[in-house]
Amino acid sequence: METQRAIRMVDITKTFGQVVANDRISLDIYPGEILSLLGENGSGKTTLMNMLSGIYLPDSGQIYVNGNKVNIRSPKDAYALGIGMIHQHFKLVDVLTAAENIVLGLNEHRLIDLHNVRQRVKEICDRYGFAVDPDKKVYDMSVSEKQTLEIVKVLYRGADILILDEPTAVLTPQETDKLFVVMRNMKADGKAIVIITHKLHEVMEISDRVAVLRRGKYIGDIATKDTNPQQLTDMMVGRAVSLNIDRPEPQNKQERLVVQGLTVLDAEGVKRLSNVSFTAYGGEILGIAGITGSGQRELLEAVAGLQAIQPGSSICLHTADGKETELVGKSPLEIYKLGVGLAFVPEDRFGMGLVGSMDLVDNVMLRSYKSGKSMFTDRKTPKALAQKIVDELDVVTPGLNIPIRRLSGGNVQKMLVGREIAGSPSLLMTAYAVRGLDINTSYTIYHLLNEQKAKGAAVIYVGEDLDVLLELCDRILVLCAGQVSGIVEGRKAKKEEVGLMMTHLGKEAQAYAQDA
Amino acid sequence: MRKTHKEPFIRISKRGEILPPWKAWGIRGIALVGSLVLCAIIIYSIVELNPLKVYGAMFNGAFGTNKRGWVTIRDTMMLLCIGIGLAPAFKMRFWNIGAEGQILMGGIASAACMVYLDSALPNLALLPLMFILSALAGGIWGFIPAWFKAKWNTNETLFTLMMNYIAIQVTSYFVALWENPPGSNSVGVINPQTKAGWFPEIFGEMYTLNVIIVLALAVAMFVYLNYSKQGYEIAVVGESENTARYAAMSVPKVIMRTMLVSGAVCGIAGFLAVSGASHTISISTAGGRGFTAIIVAWLAKFNPFVMILISALLVFLDRGAIEIASQYNLNDYVSSMLTGIILFFILGSEFFINYQVKFRSNKEVQA
Repeated sequence: METQRAIRMVDITKTFGQVVANDRISLDIYPGEILSLLGENGSGKTTLMNMLSGIYLPDSGQIYVNGNKVNIRSPKDAYALGIGMIHQHFKLVDVLTAAENIVLGLNEHRLIDLHNVRQRVKEICDRYGFAVDPDKKVYDMSVSEKQTLEIVKVLYRGADILILDEPTAVLTPQETDKLFVVMRNMKADGKAIVIITHKLHEVMEISDRVAVLRRGKYIGDIATKDTNPQQLTDMMVGRAVSLNIDRPEPQNKQERLVVQGLTVLDAEGVKRLSNVSFTAYGGEILGIAGITGSGQRELLEAVAGLQAIQPGSSICLHTADGKETELVGKSPLEIYKLGVGLAFVPEDRFGMGLVGSMDLVDNVMLRSYKSGKSMFTDRKTPKALAQKIVDELDVVTPGLNIPIRRLSGGNVQKMLVGREIAGSPSLLMTAYAVRGLDINTSYTIYHLLNEQKAKGAAVIYVGEDLDVLLELCDRILVLCAGQVSGIVEGRKAKKEEVGLMMTHLGKEAQAYAQDA
Repeated sequence: MRKTHKEPFIRISKRGEILPPWKAWGIRGIALVGSLVLCAIIIYSIVELNPLKVYGAMFNGAFGTNKRGWVTIRDTMMLLCIGIGLAPAFKMRFWNIGAEGQILMGGIASAACMVYLDSALPNLALLPLMFILSALAGGIWGFIPAWFKAKWNTNETLFTLMMNYIAIQVTSYFVALWENPPGSNSVGVINPQTKAGWFPEIFGEMYTLNVIIVLALAVAMFVYLNYSKQGYEIAVVGESENTARYAAMSVPKVIMRTMLVSGAVCGIAGFLAVSGASHTISISTAGGRGFTAIIVAWLAKFNPFVMILISALLVFLDRGAIEIASQYNLNDYVSSMLTGIILFFILGSEFFINYQVKFRSNKEVQA
């Protein structure tokens, strides 16, 4: 069978400084096929695809589209060749409507006929089973709607080759299923589709063929029906890694954090958290599941003193020495001065937890720089601690005095987690602690959380991967639209049950939970 | 057929590693030489003068005589002082465009002491008092926009800029109040006989005290920014306010405190201008140096010692330009062009320190 290749990439190499992101990679993409591009984080998947979509130029190597050699110098060139990419971070203008976003940058030399645009959008939607309201403003859209809009935008521009960069990272299981239906419709229509992912079950479910990258090198491709998750994992990480996450039984459980009636409004007065109550125990890991933006960030920040909290809320911290401290109404400075051992690994590493342009020592110092009476900073102690973190957690870095932004994502996260656990916290809160990390680093993080659990700390783990939450956590609190839709036992709960609780608040989910 | 493009001729990419200092300074040196070459071509082709002679004249203008040398040093110290004052504000990403006003307020405080106290105090007591009061005046002028920013998140760029105009009006008022002789519309030299509030000559030179004060400030600011807890807070707030809050810093407090420091040092610059240089006050006492110093602070990446070099270069260009304008009867535009070209090259060289340029390789690999 000789099918005409939609795209042929030959010996593509791309380096960033001294880092070889792609090393002589050759890859073929066929029309009417869904190709999974699989690899750990930092393996070069997105870099490779960015060279097809005109974001980067390859250092060397050739790209052929429909048999013709091309140079793709900009996203415009890519569109002209029928290549469209849906990026992980959406590229939409919030204050414009769907239709306006679609025609934005098309550069047609005439007046934009929005009526015509609506008509064509509707045709595309009907053809592939989308639902897009052309007149809805982007800021009114859910994440899933925005993603749909991105796909429609690409199709509107006539793309025959679609690249989706980790499209399911922000979706619920139900939304993911919808996306997969659309992808299958597009495939049936003869489009070539590439999905970048590191979730194995999705690879198995959606794709026809899998291409695996590891550390910038092309490992091989295989028809999905001829492989299994274990084999793919082996290809991805280079050796067999046990998929089981360690979960020791909680020892000596003690009430640690008692939250009652927590309500938080955002700057616009919208309720982000509504009457949230739960208890976290020392010696256990409490998972928090929910669709991104269901109030996870606000919850952790409220405990850390970084959110304005509505009256009637109570956040009570019980320390190991039996003291009870009310945290509501206290600033981060007051909480720091209490010395209650509250550690927080925030979601936004460079926007909150670390200072990207500062070196490792100065970043380690962030939590402790106030110690001592001198008006000058003591850099000896943080330096020793930074060295200790680097040694113990195998942080790959050229030295302690380079800006932390120059480290890779996994090493950055190791430094952050290492700093937070260094103070032997009584409560450790982590938000998406393994987001963007490769499998090995993720396991290092799970191991560190388990260590803290064994030491008697209460660990709160906000996560997005349900498989991990169900394997790591003792209990899982499920948030839906700022409310607690339930707390389930990590050892007994089923994935579908949690997924449903994430989307359907109240009786329906409870009924499902009881049936299960 | 869809059209294909050639590979682009040049490509620009971020450097993977930080350049070692000698390479970075090498690039800056090449830029300086390049700018001088371009200036030479322009001088030769437009005004048909020998470029080397023009450069010689510039040097002569800045360092030709002992007096000229000391004026160059005095002006360098003044610009450096303002740059030092702006450094903490800009490091905190607080766009303090208000140095002009802070200088003027400091200058008014100094002039007021000279006018009203005259010889009531010995100079040894009067000068420290003027130092403190001008720092206070400049500090308050910097604190006001910071307070509004901290309380109501007002835009500091507009606010500090507006404060300049208010300061100019306040200065006009005092100029009218202290007018001497009447009708001259200027204050004239204050205390010409008693020399009360004038910097004393040290080692036989008028401006030795300027140098001592500003270099001491440079060292103090270097230590403050790099080794003090407050300096660390400034750096963190400048990078991300959320991180600062996370690290249990009070962002409003840091903003207000830093602007108090920034305004105070700019106020001291006003003290230097009045007490250590002109011995008078007018609305042009700051003379745009509050804006020029922004270039000094940024180019030096807030390192006070690097600022010495940059302010010296800027003052040298300025003094040299005045000299060639008068000696060769050129109008101001030619000197401004030369200054502009040199600054453009030096600013541009920072780009090549952070980025590298690669040209298209000719060999096309056969598929």
